[in-house]
Amino acid sequence: MKLAYWMYAGPAHIGTLRIASSFKNVHAIMHAPIGDDYFNVMRSMLERERNFTPVTTSSVDRTVLARGSQEKVVDNITRKDAEVSPDLTVLTPTCTSSILQEDLENFVERAQLTARCDVMLADVNHYRVNELQAADRTLNQIVEFYIDKARKGGTLPTGKTERPSVNIIGITSLGFHNQHDCTELKRLMADLGIEVNQVIPEKASVHHLKDLPRAWFNLVPYREVGLMTARYLEAEFGMPFVDVTPMGVVETARCIRAIQQVLNASGAAVDYEDYIDNQTRYVSQAAWFSRSIDCQNLTGKKAVVFGDNTHAIAMTKILAREMGIRVAIAGTYCKYDADWFRTQVGEFCDEVLISDDNGAVADAIARAEPAAIFGTQMERHIGKRLNIPCGVIAAPIHVQNFPIGYKPFVGYEGTNQISDLVYNSFTLGMEDHLLEIFGGHDTKEVIHKSISADSDLNWTKDALAELNKVPGFVRGKVKRNTEKFARERQLSSITIELMYAAKEAVGA
Amino acid sequence: MTATQPNTTALSFECETGNYHTFCPISCVAWLYQKIEDSFFLVIGTKTCGYFLQNAMGVMIFAEPRYAMAELEEGDISAQLNDYEELKRLCLQVKRDRNPSVIVFIGTCTTEIIKMDLEGLAPRLEAELGIPIVVARANGLDYAFTQGEDTVLAAMANRCPSEAPAVKETTSEPGQGNAISRLLNFGRKQEEIVADESQYADHPPLVLFGSLPDPVVTQLTLELKKQGIKVSGWLPEKRFTELPVIEPGYYVSGVHPFLSRTATAMMRRRKCKLIGSPFPIGPDGTRAWIEKLCSVFNIEPKGLAEREAEIWASVEDYVKLVRGKSVFFMGDNLLEISLARFLARCGMTVLEIGIPYMDKRYQGAELALLEQTCHEKGTPLPKIVEKPDNHNQLQRILELEPDLVITGMAHANPLEARGIDTKWSVEFTFAQIQGFTNTRDLLELVTRPLRRNTHLKELGWDKLVKSEDAKRVTV
Repeated sequence: MKLAYWMYAGPAHIGTLRIASSFKNVHAIMHAPIGDDYFNVMRSMLERERNFTPVTTSSVDRTVLARGSQEKVVDNITRKDAEVSPDLTVLTPTCTSSILQEDLENFVERAQLTARCDVMLADVNHYRVNELQAADRTLNQIVEFYIDKARKGGTLPTGKTERPSVNIIGITSLGFHNQHDCTELKRLMADLGIEVNQVIPEKASVHHLKDLPRAWFNLVPYREVGLMTARYLEAEFGMPFVDVTPMGVVETARCIRAIQQVLNASGAAVDYEDYIDNQTRYVSQAAWFSRSIDCQNLTGKKAVVFGDNTHAIAMTKILAREMGIRVAIAGTYCKYDADWFRTQVGEFCDEVLISDDNGAVADAIARAEPAAIFGTQMERHIGKRLNIPCGVIAAPIHVQNFPIGYKPFVGYEGTNQISDLVYNSFTLGMEDHLLEIFGGHDTKEVIHKSISADSDLNWTKDALAELNKVPGFVRGKVKRNTEKFARERQLSSITIELMYAAKEAVGA
Repeated sequence: MTATQPNTTALSFECETGNYHTFCPISCVAWLYQKIEDSFFLVIGTKTCGYFLQNAMGVMIFAEPRYAMAELEEGDISAQLNDYEELKRLCLQVKRDRNPSVIVFIGTCTTEIIKMDLEGLAPRLEAELGIPIVVARANGLDYAFTQGEDTVLAAMANRCPSEAPAVKETTSEPGQGNAISRLLNFGRKQEEIVADESQYADHPPLVLFGSLPDPVVTQLTLELKKQGIKVSGWLPEKRFTELPVIEPGYYVSGVHPFLSRTATAMMRRRKCKLIGSPFPIGPDGTRAWIEKLCSVFNIEPKGLAEREAEIWASVEDYVKLVRGKSVFFMGDNLLEISLARFLARCGMTVLEIGIPYMDKRYQGAELALLEQTCHEKGTPLPKIVEKPDNHNQLQRILELEPDLVITGMAHANPLEARGIDTKWSVEFTFAQIQGFTNTRDLLELVTRPLRRNTHLKELGWDKLVKSEDAKRVTV
């Protein structure tokens, strides 16, 4: 047992559901108790999804506990098949079902006999993998399933597309700024004259997965999701892949050069050097920002970076290499992939922190006393407590991290966004600091004015205590309304009864 | 088609498949740890439970909540680790860091399946650590959302002292004992006694049960005081150490519709008399609740009719917005019957009341009031659907096109995108909606989508899904 207050990566089934619900017309059926379908709420809230999340529960209740699911799971699969005719149904085990040890594979086989859709069991172990690993695995499993199916059916296409083309692998639902990143990557590919063969899993159709091998290469923008699929396609079809995350000016250039190398090895003759040069100097503002006086003022300032592998690595490199900021601590919660993290950030930071314990992260930040933090929502709140500004760079994230405006983190527009994020975080802290030095905002006094001060009315002790229970941001209003109510009735003493009579009367 | 239309003569009850969205009952820790200030809630479960709580509690999670997960690992599941030793280790850590007056173990689906004997372990741990340990099995196998509170309060009912401590003797003495007891109580008990005793009618002790924010507790207590009814205690109180005395023969009344088990525990284990009444939600419900308590204690209610009428008059601007409109409850928090009854009184037509679990005995008076209200208002009686099936419900919603759907967050945005006004049901659980005083707040919630969408309607973009997607009702 482990005492845990917070977790950075979710349970395995969340990863599977993120993949399943990213595809078009794929339905997931969770073998889980009532209440485990919280994924639907998150997707509907965070992504402001207009459509119903294609996830249903085949509920595990007392009856299931007593005699097993029996027909229930199979019935639920065939029922969903009839109701919404998905292309694929993914039966998703949860922590509960994995200890029940029911033969879910058998349910899948039986359901496959009656259902028109394909049915598969997500192959993830709840107690061994987390959300990210499960997502990586499930994506690979679905791709493999449809490649095999096409091969058996003899429909697997041969040969490559005429012009250089790419599959972008790993764009998912509930991924940090994934939608914007996807648009930016497509734009980058268009600039480079590369056709996008497929983007998976986001909005992809499983029927087209058999065409994946037609691309010249695969691009895997994120370390966490897609690498397994890329490696499978490499082993199976000799498809090369590029796994350099194009985040930051230097890494974007490195990614483009890797693409150039891959394409030239496949017989294209491309040279992207001019493109990189032009973008870096004149299109992206980030390189210029690094030279500007603004950025000069950040030189040597201390930062702490914490997040998933992809974003924490990229941010560390950007801060240290492109902006001259000192990264005191770079950390990740992807413990299962810690070695990769170390090799990537080793030379760009003073200290590496591998942990999924938010308490340890908070302690490390307090110790380092950075001028700014770049982390998850948890680090943002640690920053609030310590009065240090924080830029959010990775999941876990809140609804404000699903912006409506265009905010990619990858590619050349991404470098602009990141420059703003970094600069704003540091200046915010500096502004606060300066305000404090010069005595603060002159409105500060008013905002914090105490409740009981100079009023001609007499608040009883109880009423005052009751007033203190009112949330701070409306307390002033409640006080004013109550006193107005009392004055109108020429009462000089305010009791609890009077307070609530006033509330009823003014309708506040 | 006839099956989907509201019944006209009597309430009808149906039971569907139970494929519906709701919160896991462990969510009760979110409001209970805030209510019971000296408690610590330890949820013994997996990452799935933790992930749910972390996301459902929103920003509260950053406020160093007095709750934590005892996250079960593979070794715990396969019994390679000793449950007792593991729990002891964690409890010691909690005791050291937070020093709570009670630790509440929340049993989950996993502890049920691996049959971890929490009820058996707790007394041993309690003796060894010197902290009371209360066990509540608030799991998703058996319960939905607010029923979590029911399991916790039912367990706490057993911890209420069975006779008043000998406080009276010491308070009458001016000696040292008195000074200490006053110090411990911050003088509170004594003040109360001096100030109040004379204003109450002579009635047997009454204990109310159900967790409410402190301001609402004050409001309802004062409301009863006006009638001369004294509230001897409240389960739960602000602190575990202040749990009310419950002696056999005491009267008890529930303030929430989801407290069946607590009511049963009060009656069977503590030998109390349960006053069955509608719940104090809306001015009609509040009045009916007070009147019932009065009638049990042979008190003639004073000024209630006027008070109710006043409240209705003060919220007429809001009631006007909902009058004549229709409402559909998908069902997820068991407040549905009371809310439907209130909205029927406001003049709404209730098309369907989905509800996770329907205790017809505990909610008997509320059901009767609902039926009576519909008859009085001349609106058709709704169909009550226990363990609803969300897919079927969505088909009915698209067919009936209700003016308002009260539903969970999983369906709210997709329905709005299809031009159907929704209100997120969970807000009713967290907002202050009980008593006369909060009527406006309650209507504020109900009318919010209507007020917002009236503004937007003229703009002409009420349906925002492509037509091929609109038909896809996938849940």
